[in-house]
Amino acid sequence: MRGTNAVLGAAGLAVFLALGEAAPRLGLVKDEYFPPTSRIADALATELADDAFWTALGDTLTGWALGLAIAVTAGILAGVLISVTPYLREATASTIEFLRPIPSVALIPLAVLLYGTELRSVLLLVVYASFWQVLIQVMYGVQDVDPVAEETARSYGLGTWARTRHVLWPTALPYVMTGVRLAATVALILAVTAELVIGAPGLGARIAVAQTSQAVPEMYALVVVTGLLGLLINVGARTVERRALAWHQSVRGEVAV
Amino acid sequence: MLDVRGLKKVYEGSGRRVEAVRDLTFTVDAGELVCLVGPSGCGKTTLLKCVGGLLTPTAGEVLIEGRRVTGPPPDMAVVFQEYGRSLFPWMRVRENVELPLKQKKLSSARRRELVADALESVGLTDAAGAYPWQLSGGMQQRVAIARALAYEPDVLLMDEPFAAVDAQTRADLEDLVRGLWRQRGITILFVTHDIDEAVYLGERVLILSSSPTVVQEQLKIDLPAERDQLHTRVAPRFAELRTHVYEQIQAAKRGAPVDRLVKDVSSDTPPLH
Amino acid sequence: MKGVLPRGGVRGVLLRLFFVVALPAVLVAGWWIASDDSTDVYWPPLRTILTTFPDVWTGERLREDVLPSVLRLSAGYACAAVAGVALGTVIGSYRRVRAVCEPVLEFLRAVPPPVLVPVIMLFAGIGDTMKIAVIVSGCVWPILLNTVEGVRAVDSVMSETARSYGITGVARLRHLVLRSASPQIFAGLRQALSIGIILMVISEMFAASNGLGFTIVQFQRGFAIPDMWTGILLLGLLGFVLSVLFRLVERRVLGWYHGLRDVSRRSS
Repeated sequence: MRGTNAVLGAAGLAVFLALGEAAPRLGLVKDEYFPPTSRIADALATELADDAFWTALGDTLTGWALGLAIAVTAGILAGVLISVTPYLREATASTIEFLRPIPSVALIPLAVLLYGTELRSVLLLVVYASFWQVLIQVMYGVQDVDPVAEETARSYGLGTWARTRHVLWPTALPYVMTGVRLAATVALILAVTAELVIGAPGLGARIAVAQTSQAVPEMYALVVVTGLLGLLINVGARTVERRALAWHQSVRGEVAV
Repeated sequence: MLDVRGLKKVYEGSGRRVEAVRDLTFTVDAGELVCLVGPSGCGKTTLLKCVGGLLTPTAGEVLIEGRRVTGPPPDMAVVFQEYGRSLFPWMRVRENVELPLKQKKLSSARRRELVADALESVGLTDAAGAYPWQLSGGMQQRVAIARALAYEPDVLLMDEPFAAVDAQTRADLEDLVRGLWRQRGITILFVTHDIDEAVYLGERVLILSSSPTVVQEQLKIDLPAERDQLHTRVAPRFAELRTHVYEQIQAAKRGAPVDRLVKDVSSDTPPLH
Repeated sequence: MKGVLPRGGVRGVLLRLFFVVALPAVLVAGWWIASDDSTDVYWPPLRTILTTFPDVWTGERLREDVLPSVLRLSAGYACAAVAGVALGTVIGSYRRVRAVCEPVLEFLRAVPPPVLVPVIMLFAGIGDTMKIAVIVSGCVWPILLNTVEGVRAVDSVMSETARSYGITGVARLRHLVLRSASPQIFAGLRQALSIGIILMVISEMFAASNGLGFTIVQFQRGFAIPDMWTGILLLGLLGFVLSVLFRLVERRVLGWYHGLRDVSRRSS
């Protein structure tokens, strides 16, 4: 069954690539807008041989990883603190509900003014967008702590720190992992966006350059690279999530937020 | 009314071949309440799905009033065991009962009448506006029964409908089904793994062998038509019948029919109706 | 662990109101005081920003900039919703189709939507069509993939119930498949909404002659800093309002789902 699916999936991919080759060749779409697959592949090969491409990829990954790390750390700390401190959850609820849906791209002009095309511009957007993903999941996770387990720990005289470590953290971990996975995807989107719009160095900026210089196949090749990067991050995050939670009796479903 | 002839169902998938039902032949007369009982895993559900037109048999055929069943027949209703998964949680009780009627293209006045009548029959008039998940398990199964009643079927199939409710609710629901059957004269094929339930409810009990399934025995239940939980279940005749069924099922599990018959049990008699 | 609020009674209501208002009030007051005598060009006093707000976002600007943005977002979002749910239902209903499409869809979903802006500009120029196309092409994937998941997971017993009662074809789609997939579809719609807002702003920042994103960038380039801040506030407000609207719709449509989940959580 799995084998059949893999074959069908490969066939689907092949058809997709073949269509991309045939449509412009048959004149169904203009090939200056939509170059055939083979020409995109050529451009991709040229890119891969170019040092500047690898530098750009490195820049994008740096912005992504650094931003994600900051957002995850801050999200976990804030989430646990808010959930553990009495009344803090109630007090912050309205503020979180207001700040969370603010689109991080609203901060683009501010980032440009404050940091120009520096890495910090990218980080501002990445951190703002992915922080909420982690925070919300952590808060859901802590809320999910079994009151009986909590009472038991309390009755055995475990202190706040020990309870956090042994009761709260294991319960919240699946949610945290989900939050990290969602944040990883969002972080990539915002890292590339910041480069594309602000011009901070990275794949996004390279796409912008390709666009202004009418290097269409190169632009497509770079778009493909960002897609593959996204795919890799997605698959990687899911694998880590599954590995880290293999011990857990129930790998919990995503919380729809 | 309902004719099952030489029914055979073989599941084939990924190199394995499972013969769930080997060769089943039986009939249910119009207005009869027949219980099918057999050891667990004997293909009762497979049989019921073939009868309900949800599965295509490998060989043999199912006839309703002489017409061959090829898909779900329009004059048949099914009550499933998993009431929680059989009612649509996004619809209120009334809408759940009404939906199949809309498919039947009945006028809205007629639909309202049928829904109200069916809900009243199962004692749930007040719950019409509730969502199924707001009700207890027994009440949810009542809703499923009401849906089947409102559909005005000639044949009602019930697939272990009370297996997932508690004992007291179960007794109530059994009386409900028997009451409705006597009142409305529907033909009911009731599948269960509970021997007492089969004997208490049925006019006739079909005992199935274990898989691959054949009809081990047909047993006429000669208890009075008026039955109640308190007296019927302690009647000596009830005990005899249930003992007989129990022995047959034990034998079925071992794979051999028992010849020794309880005194006076009329076995393998064709239905008298 | 959780601070327990007293429920009911006037005191309870007041206390809850206090919790809703307190922190935002403190934060705004803090911003106000901290920035009050600010001479930093980039961080103008909150007082200045708030007094600038009505001057900037006058009736004309609302009509010329905010309205077109919102209309483009609505159009793109609606198209993506229809296309995503329709395609997702088809793909989710057939196992083989799903197996064929899955890798391609996973890849397309993984492409960060903003990089589609330059690509789509090639085809659609820089007009409204381009912006709507960008929003559609970014929003459609989460909706589509979530619909596929939801449609695939239709309960087998419900499915058989529908069949045995003659509920087939369009009725089955309407009363069973789409309803049972609706929690998943809404999860996709929610993700798509935030992507849509991002794309609305970005497509306007890239190439436009009007719109919220365009105007805010103009302010920034012209060093009209307080005006730029009002734009950021307005965008934030827009995001907030849209998310509240979304939640209202979701509450209505998925009321049964939340109720069901609460019941099963309580009993487990």
